[in-house]
Amino acid sequence: MYSLLFNPVSLFAQSTSFVFPNERHGLTWGILIVLYPYITGLVAGAFILASLVRVFNTEAVRPVYRLALLTALAFLVCATMPLLGHLGHPERALEIMMTPHVTSAMAIFGFVYAWYLMAVLLLEVYFDYRWDMVLASQRSKPFMKFVYTIFTLGVKDISPKALAFDDRAERFLSVIGIPSAVLLHGYVGFIFGSLAGNPWWSSVLMPVIFLCSAIVSGIAMVFIVYMVTTWFRRQRIDMMCANAIGRILMFALIFDLTLETLDVVHRMYEAGEWVDILRLLSSGYLYYTIFLVQFFLGGIVPLITLALMQAVKMTDAVKMRYYFLMAVLVEVGVFAMRWNVVIGGQLSSKSFKGLTTFRLEMIGKESLMTFLIILTLPFVILFFLTKLLPPWGGHSDESSDLPSGSTPVVGVPVA
Amino acid sequence: MKPDEPTNVNESTEANTLSRADFLVTAGKSALLIGIGAAGAASWNSLTSRLAQRKLTPLQEYPSKTWYSMSIDIAACIGCGKCVEACCAENDVPPEFFRTWIERYRVKTNGDVLIDSPNGGKDGPGEDDVPDDQILKSFFVPKLCNQCDDSPCTRACPVGATFLTPEGAVIVDYDYCIGCGYCIQACPYGSRFFNPKKNTADKCTLCYHRITKGKLPACVEVCPVKARIFGNLADPNSEISKFNRDNAVMALKPHLKTGAKVVYKGVTKEVV
Repeated sequence: MYSLLFNPVSLFAQSTSFVFPNERHGLTWGILIVLYPYITGLVAGAFILASLVRVFNTEAVRPVYRLALLTALAFLVCATMPLLGHLGHPERALEIMMTPHVTSAMAIFGFVYAWYLMAVLLLEVYFDYRWDMVLASQRSKPFMKFVYTIFTLGVKDISPKALAFDDRAERFLSVIGIPSAVLLHGYVGFIFGSLAGNPWWSSVLMPVIFLCSAIVSGIAMVFIVYMVTTWFRRQRIDMMCANAIGRILMFALIFDLTLETLDVVHRMYEAGEWVDILRLLSSGYLYYTIFLVQFFLGGIVPLITLALMQAVKMTDAVKMRYYFLMAVLVEVGVFAMRWNVVIGGQLSSKSFKGLTTFRLEMIGKESLMTFLIILTLPFVILFFLTKLLPPWGGHSDESSDLPSGSTPVVGVPVA
Repeated sequence: MKPDEPTNVNESTEANTLSRADFLVTAGKSALLIGIGAAGAASWNSLTSRLAQRKLTPLQEYPSKTWYSMSIDIAACIGCGKCVEACCAENDVPPEFFRTWIERYRVKTNGDVLIDSPNGGKDGPGEDDVPDDQILKSFFVPKLCNQCDDSPCTRACPVGATFLTPEGAVIVDYDYCIGCGYCIQACPYGSRFFNPKKNTADKCTLCYHRITKGKLPACVEVCPVKARIFGNLADPNSEISKFNRDNAVMALKPHLKTGAKVVYKGVTKEVV
């Protein structure tokens, strides 16, 4: 470990580097494939945060329940875009679902995605918002009336019995949703972890690490969205809720950081045939993105800060600034983790004798531009979703005496 | 002393006679043994010659009667690059990409290993930039798709666009491949590449379009030194079966259990 951390000496001192001729053209998977696990991770994490309210009755985070659901939905809608943008023949993409190859880890993606979108997330949003949508369809102007009527799927019964059914259905979906979210993202880790030919990826820990970092990133993203939207709406942040999310984020970080550390230590201690190239990789190319960004800035700093915030007294305003900064750092750290897995895993030649090079194009099919567009899109979608299905107020309203879970009295646009 | 002499003679004659009788018995026994031995040897010879003439039946079960593969004789390769050139011409391989390539290994006296493959070895060996007295040994290793029986690439393909043919070759259906690149990641040998012309994965097909018409793969046909031996593994009398039987051959990265059919004779620890 010492030589790994403090001695980024080139392996080339002992032998020349050699990459296979077909590896000289850059990496097969670029920045869009970094974005793909990042986005699905946000979906899974945001959903798991929402499930805390429904399944584990963590009342403190109820104010972000709907926001978490909408965040998950907005990102899930965009989850396939990086993949489509990357495919050589995007027009054949549906073949994955039409003629899936049963032995392929990747073939299952379409089904996992469809299940999660159709059977879990959309249904949960539907049941949660049905009452609001029925009301909105009655109050809105003709065009929006039509839109909301479509959203209700024609079910306009808002009797207590119907609402109680909505609530039960939603709870049931949340219970199904947790394993589904775990499946969605654990599976992404499996795509990488199951490739025996690539030692940087090939690890049974991979799905678990992906999942833990997903939970961390999802919670942090909902936290950021909550803070930003509240500031923009000039509302007060519910400090009970913020502190609760801060604590949950801290515990999730402990798990995540422990597993990621275990992974690195295990690889270095095991020291298989690839150890030289891994040492070179993590000491040279990936030194900053792994140890500085992923572990230090994205893991250790937020963890210590969040832990200290539990003990040190400070005003709410200062607290929020710290929370915001830590949530952003966590996002950066998790993105760095995806980068280190996807790009890092391809930087080593399969000859284990040299390093390949990563080139980032500014404009083009798989470029920085596409990356930024796809990364921005979920936020745009989320903006419109919050206009259509406002997630504010609702559940935190103490005046509510309607069945729990579906009670926003204010907030539905009556325009 | 004279009268005694015959006695002595007789005695000696008697001794001689006895020894002659012994000799005859021994000779007879020996003759018999030799005869049996010769007969045995003759019948053994005829048996072995008959065995040699008899068509061998394969010890291993193959999925079909034609299970093609290629074996590489590392010591024979001179690194001329004709095979790479022929492959690129035959299969319309995009420039700078290779379905087959030649790696040059130079082990220096100080233990360093220099590996290179300039332009995939197409233009012959690279520059001779190390003084001769510093080189302990050098050799060429032609590489191609290892045509695995349990290949990680076919397993990985999400739509089944790459598959093992009944002839034993792993090929890509270019009209079906979605171009996700998962197979390229899965191949531990670096044999696959993303074809920028077709926007699909691409690789050595063992010249499937040729071998199914009874021709040799292009690289095998042009090799001037028989460093590439092509043939039917399911036929124990084929040249490749004999080559694999008679030589110590090994697949690359055998610990990955890919079931690689392409094997190498004379592979050393330096080979990646």
